[in-house]
Parts: sequence; C-alpha cells; structure tokens
Amino acid sequence: MTTSVLVPMPVLLPLLGAGVTLMLSRRPRAQRIATVTILATVAVLAAVLLVEADRSGPQVVWLGGWSAPLGIALVADRLAALMLLVSAVVTLLVLLYSLGQGMTGDDTEAPVSVYHPTFLVLVAGVSNAFLAGDLFNLFVGFEMLLFASYVLLTLGGTSTRVRAGTIYVVVNMLSSALFLVSLAAVYAACGTVNLAQLSERVDDLPDDVALALQLLLLTTFAIKAAVFPLSFWLPDSYPTAPAPVTAVFAGLLTKVGVYAILRMQTLVFPDSPLSGVLMWVALLTMLIGILGAVAQSDIKRMLSFTLVSHIGYMIFGVGLATAAGISGAVFYVAHHITIQTALFLVVGLIERRAGSAGLLRLGGLARLSPVIAILFFIPAMNLAGIPPASGFIGKVGLLQAGLDVGTPLAIGLVVGGVLTSLLTLYAVAKTWALAFWRTPEQAHEIAATLPHLDEELEDHHHAQGMVVHRDHVHVGGTAFGSRDLEDARRVVDSDSPERDLYQLLRDGALPSRLPASMVLPTAILVVITALLTVVAGPLFAFTDRAADDLIERTPYVSSVLDEEGR
Amino acid sequence: MDANLTLILTSSFLIGTGVYLILERSLTRVLIGLVLLSNGANLLFMVASGPAGDPPILSSGEPDDTGMADPLPQAMVLTAIVITLATTAFLLAMAYRSWQLHGNDDVQDDIEDAQIRRLAAADAASDSYDLTLEASAEDTATDEVYEEEGSES
Repeated sequence: MTTSVLVPMPVLLPLLGAGVTLMLSRRPRAQRIATVTILATVAVLAAVLLVEADRSGPQVVWLGGWSAPLGIALVADRLAALMLLVSAVVTLLVLLYSLGQGMTGDDTEAPVSVYHPTFLVLVAGVSNAFLAGDLFNLFVGFEMLLFASYVLLTLGGTSTRVRAGTIYVVVNMLSSALFLVSLAAVYAACGTVNLAQLSERVDDLPDDVALALQLLLLTTFAIKAAVFPLSFWLPDSYPTAPAPVTAVFAGLLTKVGVYAILRMQTLVFPDSPLSGVLMWVALLTMLIGILGAVAQSDIKRMLSFTLVSHIGYMIFGVGLATAAGISGAVFYVAHHITIQTALFLVVGLIERRAGSAGLLRLGGLARLSPVIAILFFIPAMNLAGIPPASGFIGKVGLLQAGLDVGTPLAIGLVVGGVLTSLLTLYAVAKTWALAFWRTPEQAHEIAATLPHLDEELEDHHHAQGMVVHRDHVHVGGTAFGSRDLEDARRVVDSDSPERDLYQLLRDGALPSRLPASMVLPTAILVVITALLTVVAGPLFAFTDRAADDLIERTPYVSSVLDEEGR
Repeated sequence: MDANLTLILTSSFLIGTGVYLILERSLTRVLIGLVLLSNGANLLFMVASGPAGDPPILSSGEPDDTGMADPLPQAMVLTAIVITLATTAFLLAMAYRSWQLHGNDDVQDDIEDAQIRRLAAADAASDSYDLTLEASAEDTATDEVYEEEGSES
C-alpha cells in the first residue's frame, strides 16, 4: 500500500502552498509559479489515486496512526478520486485563466497578494471534503473551503460584493451551526463520527433516531448544495464575484454538498425512508430553478439559476437509490462541474470584451468576437443536453434509471427532467439570440425605450441613511468629512456601467483583443467538456463500478476498518 | 448514558435566542445571534460527551479509560470554537465595511431582483405583478417594445 501515502497530499500540498505563496506575496512571479506547480501536482496525484483506487480498492490513511474512534481517516475510493481529479483539473484551469485576467479579476484595487493563498486554501478544503473519512473532518473541510470562499467572494470589498457576501456568509454560518448540532447528535447516538463505523452502528439505532440524524445531516448538506427550498442564497451571491471566482464556486462548492449527500445516502443511511422526499425535492429544484433562469436578464444570474436547477438532476439520481441512478448522478456531477465552470469563464470573456454581461446591454457578440461565440455555444448546448454532448448522455443515464424504477414519482421526475432540459435550452437560446445574434443598435434602441431601471435603483441604494450638510456627511449620528466618503466611494464598484455595448463601441472604449492567456484556459476547458462525450463509455463504466461500490458498502467499510490495526 | 438537562436547557435557550437575532436586519445583531447559536451547538457536544470524569491523559502503562472523560467531543468543540472565532472576526470586518460604504450595516435587498420585478411590472402582458410601481405608471413605451420585453422577462 505505497500509494496510500499519497492520499493526504491533495490536502497538504495546497495548504503548504498557501503558506509559501503568502510569504512570496511581494514577488508575484514566484507566487504564480508556486501556485500553478502545486495545482498541477495535485491534478497528477489525483489521477494516480484514481487509477489506484480503481485497480486495488479504496486507499486509506489513518492520520497520526491513531486507531478508529480517535484517529482521522482519509479515504480515496472511486467516487472520491474521480471528484478529486475533476476538481483539480478545473481549479488549475481557472487559476490559469485568472492569471490572464490580471490575477483577481476586473477590480484593480483588490488585494492581489491574498488571492493565491486563498485560492489554495479553497482547493485544500475541497480536497479534504472529498477525502474525509469521518464526519468531523468533513466539517473541517467545509469550513476551510467556505472560509476561503468568503474572502474570494468579497474580494476588494466593493458595495455589491459586501452585500452579496453578507447573505452568503450568514447562510453558510447558519448551515455550519446546523452541521455542528448534527455532529453532536450523531456522536451522542453512535459514539463515533467515523463514516465506516457509523454505517455499522446506525443500523442498530431506533428508526426515529436514525431518521432525525438523517434529516439534520440532509438539511445541512442541502443548504451547501443549494437544493430547492434552501437554494435562494445562491443566485443572489455568486454572480457578483469576479468571473474566475464565480466559475470555481459554481463548479465545485455546490458539488461538494451533492457529494456529501451522496455519501450519506449510500454509506450511512442506505435504506432510507427519505428517498421519496429527496425525489420531490429534486423535481422542485429542477423546475423552479430553471423557471428562475428563464426570467433573468443577466447571463451570470441566468447561469446561477441553471446551476441550481441542474443540482436537481444529481439529487434525482441519489433519490432513486439504485446503482444506475447513482452512477448517473456521479457522471452528471463530473459533467456539470466542467460545463458550469466553462460557461462562467466564457461569461468572464464576454464581460471583458463587451463591458457587461447584462442582456439588456449586449448584442452582436457573434460578429464582434466569433471566438467567444463558439466557446459559449458548445458548452451551452451541452448544458441543455443536445444529443452528441455529454450532458445528453448523463441525462439519458438518469432518465433511464428513473424509468427502470418505474414508480409514478420516478416517472414524474423523468418528465420533469425532460421539461427542465427543454427550458434550459430555451434559456440559453434566449441568451444566444439576445447577446450574440441581434445587433448592438437593436439592443441600444430597445434599452432606450425602457424605464431607467438602474438609475432609480442606484440612487435609492446609495442615498439610504446619508445626509449631506456643510461638507460633512452625516450618517447615523456620526459626521464624516466628505473626503472620507469619497475615498470609500471610490472603491464602490462600477459593476453596472452606464453605457451599453452600442455606446461603448461607438466611443471605442473597449479592448479590441482578448488576452490569449484568458482564452486559452477557457478553450481547453471547453475541449475537455467535449472530450467527456468521447470518453463517455469508459467514464460511465467507471461510474457504474463506483456506484456498485457505494451500494455494496463493504469495499469502503472493510478497507477503512481493516486498515485500523496497522 | 444520562443526558445533562441543565446543559440541554441552556443550549436550547442559546440557540433560540440566536435564531431570533439572526432574523434581524442589522448585521451586528445577526452576528451576535450566530455567536450565541454556535455556543449553543458547542454545549450540545458537552451533553454528548457524558458526565465529567478524570482528565483524559494516558500516562505510561495501561490505558485505563474507566473514569476518564471522553476526549473526542472536547477536541471537536475546540476546533469549532476556533472556526467560530475566525468567522466572527470576518463578519465584524464585513459589518464595518458595510457601515463605511452605506452608513449602516443593514443587510441589503437584492438589486437585480428588484430590477427584474420592475421589468415584469413594465410588461403589460404580465398581470401576475400588480405592483403599483412608478415604472408601470410612467411607462410610455409602445406595444412593440412590450413584445420585445415580453420575450425577455
């Protein structure tokens, strides 16, 4: 078991890297090299773990050499290794993209030096959550990635980001508190938080106690995964962050929640009475999410809503609780991580090229920049599930699994899934028609006839609670010099520029070229999403094996607990 | 295992108060609510760890865990406390930044949401929003525009 030594590395290396890059914060070049090297290494390690987990079963490490209830296990089975590999590749590409974008995105005043360490902590947290072999370590993994995400989301501290960040942080702190409560309950009931031991002990619990534990854990993870009744925080907070940050959030963070739900449902609560509830929730998530997406007038927000909606597909697979359903869900997670990240990176390109991602302001992008059009079109069609693409294959796998189960609810979900797919197509087609097909003049003329939505809102937004009097600004009983306020305002973002694309083009205020270092990583990611179609057969075979492991439970449990004595 | 009723009551009181405060709009109160909430959750670990016992220190020789307190929940609580501390510091910084920018630390409404509501209100075909907003009153756009808009919102 030599490769099992590698298991902690995807967590340790990024953490080490975070320290190193923090020390190198005055030397941006060295910092970049360090980050890229570490992320590339993690990707390679994840690939090795994947091969090894597939060939010789789950790889287990007991940290510090302590045994079962006290020790902390890290486990890389097929599912965890696959998630690890996909996330490592995606984070590497996003980081390369953000280097091209000028480190931190659109905001030049953002503290550049913290970006790399925070990003690495995020990667460490994600890896830790995927590898965690006990619930408390999962909690720690969540907290690591959440904390990094708090910082990345509010990077620069502009008005919009602080507003969005507030909601995000409060919701996630609440879910963390809920997680703590469930941990205490689990420990009180079972005397352990190790997943393998839990899976043996939960069976002996009275049914109602087990149900209570399951509900607590499911609610916690549903908040993280943005499953319907608990999804409202997501479209509100994600779109405000810089494009690469949104991309990595959308790709990974919710999927960590889905992964946790999947792990709980298969390993700890296999014969759960809640499968029906999960399927209802999945249906509502799909439909309500996509209806929200159709209504949006900003590409980033539209994509955030499709993100919520497509989480429903994964929960659908988990709710079916058959090998086929779980295999489909795992495949869909892998597909969706790459596709959603790719789309958000493209939106970053649109923002760079056209100054905005608002559909009211955009038009004629297909002529303005054919490269962006192609890069948007391929993953967008993939997201909607147009036949040759991996999105289609994943959906077919899930729908087939639903039909195999054949209960009325499962059939209803199949119908809902098809409907969601159609509405997704409608949402991306609408985006395509407005942003890429019509001319900027048309967009300008139509926008001019609309009531001025932005200005009213902006005025209302900023005027709140401020009284200007004799060069002083009185705010809630305190007076500032107006210069202080100017200083603060200067950092207030220009997220919603006054001019639309037509005016920007007329004034020649746009960069005429996109940096290749931004386009290239996006293109690579789009190629990877297309490649998923090519390797869909082997990948589905792999997820089938992973799903069999998960349903069987013994490979995981025995390899964790046998390792204990060593 | 006997559960400690005092701890449970204290914990539920803290969590209840915390939830009440989280429902406030001011970020400072939300923050205090979250601190109370996580303290309540931490106390639950004390319930889970059972009655107090000897310090869980294994000296050389036989491990004797008969009268020993359970060390695991304490380790978890320590971790949780550290995490809460860090998050509290971060939220405080955000409340301060919010106050710098807006002069208050109220949690703001979503601007884009309001914008979409206005778009819908400006759309004559949509009767689902009978909001009496200024946008619909002063809207002088032509029918063609409504159609264009209808396809968008």
